Parts: sequence; C-alpha cells; structure tokens
Amino acid sequence: MSDDFIYAVARVRSRELALLGRQDIDQLMACRGFDECLRVLNDKGWSGGSSAEALLAAEEEKTWAFIRELTDDLAPFSVLLYPIDYNNLKAAVKCVVTDTQPQNVFLSGGSIDPQAMVRCVKDNDFTSLPPQMAEAADEAYHVLLQTGDGQLCDVILDRACLTGILQCGKDSKNELLEQYAQLRVAVSNIKTAVRACKTGKSKAFIDQALAPCGTLDVSSLSAAACKSVEDIYGYLAATPYSGAAEKLKESYSAFEKWCDDQVMDLIKEQKRNPFTVGPLFAYVLARQNEVNTVRIILSGKLNELDDGVIRERLRDMYV
Amino acid sequence: MDISSLVFNWDQLGIVFALAGAVLAALMGGIGSAIGVGMTGQAAAGVVTEDPSQFGKVLILQLLPGTQGIYGLLIGFVTLTQIGILGGSADLTLAKGLLYLAACLPMAIVGLVSAKWQAKAAVSSISLVAKRPDQFGKSMIFPAMVETYAVLALLISILSITSIGGLSV
Repeated sequence: MSDDFIYAVARVRSRELALLGRQDIDQLMACRGFDECLRVLNDKGWSGGSSAEALLAAEEEKTWAFIRELTDDLAPFSVLLYPIDYNNLKAAVKCVVTDTQPQNVFLSGGSIDPQAMVRCVKDNDFTSLPPQMAEAADEAYHVLLQTGDGQLCDVILDRACLTGILQCGKDSKNELLEQYAQLRVAVSNIKTAVRACKTGKSKAFIDQALAPCGTLDVSSLSAAACKSVEDIYGYLAATPYSGAAEKLKESYSAFEKWCDDQVMDLIKEQKRNPFTVGPLFAYVLARQNEVNTVRIILSGKLNELDDGVIRERLRDMYV
Repeated sequence: MDISSLVFNWDQLGIVFALAGAVLAALMGGIGSAIGVGMTGQAAAGVVTEDPSQFGKVLILQLLPGTQGIYGLLIGFVTLTQIGILGGSADLTLAKGLLYLAACLPMAIVGLVSAKWQAKAAVSSISLVAKRPDQFGKSMIFPAMVETYAVLALLISILSITSIGGLSV
C-alpha cells in the first residue's frame, strides 16, 4: 500500500539534504589532490574506511543499512540486488567447477549469502535458490562442466539476471521500478549487442545473450549486431534510445555517462512524491550515483588526470 | 379494539433520523481526522527521527487534518441540543428528523473526504519542511486551503440545523 511508506519517505526526504549536489562536486573537483578530496569527504560525513574503496563500500553499506531500517520487505529492491546475486552466482559456479577456493570474488550486499550459493553448486542442489535463479544456475553449471566455456556460462546467468530484473519490475506494480527495469535491460542489451558486434560473435550467440525487453525489439537488434555497429546505431535511432546511438558514436564512456544520466532523469520525478516505495528506490539510486561520481573523481585525482577529462565523465546529480 | 393503535406512527422515526444525522457528522468527521492525523503523524515522526529540531513545525502540520473531527463533534452537539436529546422535548415530526439528517450530511461527507485529502497535502508539506525548513510558512498554506471546504460545510450544516427548529413541518 502506498501509505505504508509515509514514515520512510519522510526520513528519506531529510536524508536527501546530505546528498552531494553540484556545488559539492565542484568543491571536490577544486581539491588539489586525492588526500584533500578525502578530507573534504570526511568533512561531509563520509567515513568508514581507510582506503578510498573501503570508504565507498562503507557509504554503499550505509545506504542499504538505512533502507533495511526503513522496510523489512526488500522485494522492490531486487531490481538492484539481482546483479549482485547473479555476479556471486557466476563466481560460485566457476570456483566450484575449477575447484578453487573463492577469495575476494564475491560482492557484498546481495540478497543471498554467497557461501550458500557455493554449497548449492557443490551439492548440485539448487532448490534453496529462487526458482528462476535455480534453473539458470543449474544450466550454467552443467554448461560449464560439459563445455568449459566460461563466456557461455556468463551469458546464461546474465540473461537470467536481466529477465529477473524485468519480471521484478513488472511484479512491483510501481511505475518507476517498471521503467527502471526496462531501461536497465535495454541498456544491457545495447552494450551486449555492441560488444558482440565488435568481437564478431555469431547470431546464435547474440540471440542467446539478449534478454527480451519491452522497449527494444531484440530480434532487430540482434540482426543489426550481426551486420555492423552502424546498423546498430541505425536501429537505435528509431527507438526511445536514439540518444544512446549518438553517445556510442562519441565514445563508450560518453555512453556510460548517458546511461547513468537517464537513470537520474527517471528518478527526479520522485522528489515530488511523498508516498510509495519510489522515493526510497530513488534515494538508493541517487546514493549509488553519488558513490560512482566520487569514485570517478578520486581515481582521476589519484592518477593525476586532467580536470577536463574527469569532468566529462561526471554524472548528473539527484539534488 | 382501537384500530388507530395498530397504525404505525411515522413521526416516531423523526428523532431516529435526526440522531442518525448527529452521529454521522461526528462519526465521519472523526474517522477522516483519525486517518489524516495518523498519516501526517507517520510523516512527522519520520522527519523528527532525522532532525528532532523540526518537531514544532511538523506538529502543526500534523494537526491540520484534525479539525474535521472537531467540526463533526460540534455539529453533533448542536444537533443533539436542537432536537431535545440533551434536554427539553425530543418530539420531532418525520419531516423535521429528515431535515436534521440532511443538514448534518454536508459536514459528515465533506469532513471525511477533506480530512483525507488535507492529510495528503500535509504529508507533502511535511516533506517540504524536511527539505526546506525555512519554507514552513508556505508549506502551511497548501493543506490549509483544503480546510476552506470543511469550514464551508460546517457553516452550511450549522445554518441549516439552527434554522430547522423554526420551520412548521
């Protein structure tokens, strides 16, 4: 029920005051070096790690801890958790098949314990996983065992992940989540099509890799990817993702920035919504965007990149 | 046997309808306010959890949808007084009873609906205060606009109730 989130949304509104805005980003950009950036971030309340990565991971964890405090039901957030779960599942399958001990391969913050995934794969019993994930895990595991083709294993799990995201968006009955799921799947399909085209993959491979999507005709995209990158751009120009084609022509980093900016455009409406889970979801995405932007600045400062190079990669901010 | 004693006296129902009107006004206004104050209370608690210094501001916004309950109580009280239940003669014709019922309905219906919508406006205003505490004055105006229609309903109900006694029906 939309009214169930009144308390949570009010807390999110207060927390939004602490989000980094354009001025804060300019302040970070004005810092002379990496250490000064870290000092500015500490002054703004960013804490929890000795290294930059630890700091960013701690900030991400703070966001999820806040969301877990606000709601017991993380189902609407599965759209964001599935990529972590499926990444961990890939790692678990590969570690078991190659008989290696998993070390630093799992991402934290997923909805399923990675060690439980490892046990499932070892026992070849996936019943404790969600049905769709279990089916994909079983298929990926046996494909990797029989063919030793890690890429095929990845394709199976990536497609299952995207299908899960799309389904989760539909099940949420929330317009924002549905639109986000559509965008996420469409963008992944575009990335896959471009990479597959550039590496000369077969149509069968591309068809297997692309996930069904409401806003993109997967068969047309696949057919274009079999021809040339220009054909992909041509197809995209006639879809709601025509901007993606322009940015892809520019550079891949421009396209990635466009993808993140599209998400920001999508969630900005939630600033005026005092009900539903939408503002909570938007807050998580805004925080992730913030962490990504800070990561770009920190790595740019650490590698002493030119300010212009860093700036062209900076994402739009939520506030 | 007196045949007339077997015929139902419809005028006996006058007081029933009049009392139903008083009860509806208090009941529906009260329900609307309870829902509204509950919704705004959740939003206010959310803001105060993060920033306790906003308590005074959000408390005022929380109370705005509570007025419909008070208006409903007032209409109920005035009706009970007029129809003689709180003293005097509770002898009403059917027509008068129905008139009292009709007079109470504006407050009952508008009270319920306006309290819920005012609560939605107040929740939005609480979000506004959370993000821009300096805009508290403006944030008060939006839910207060909804109050206008509750006040209009109160006015028409009171005018009607106090005028019915003088009618010869």
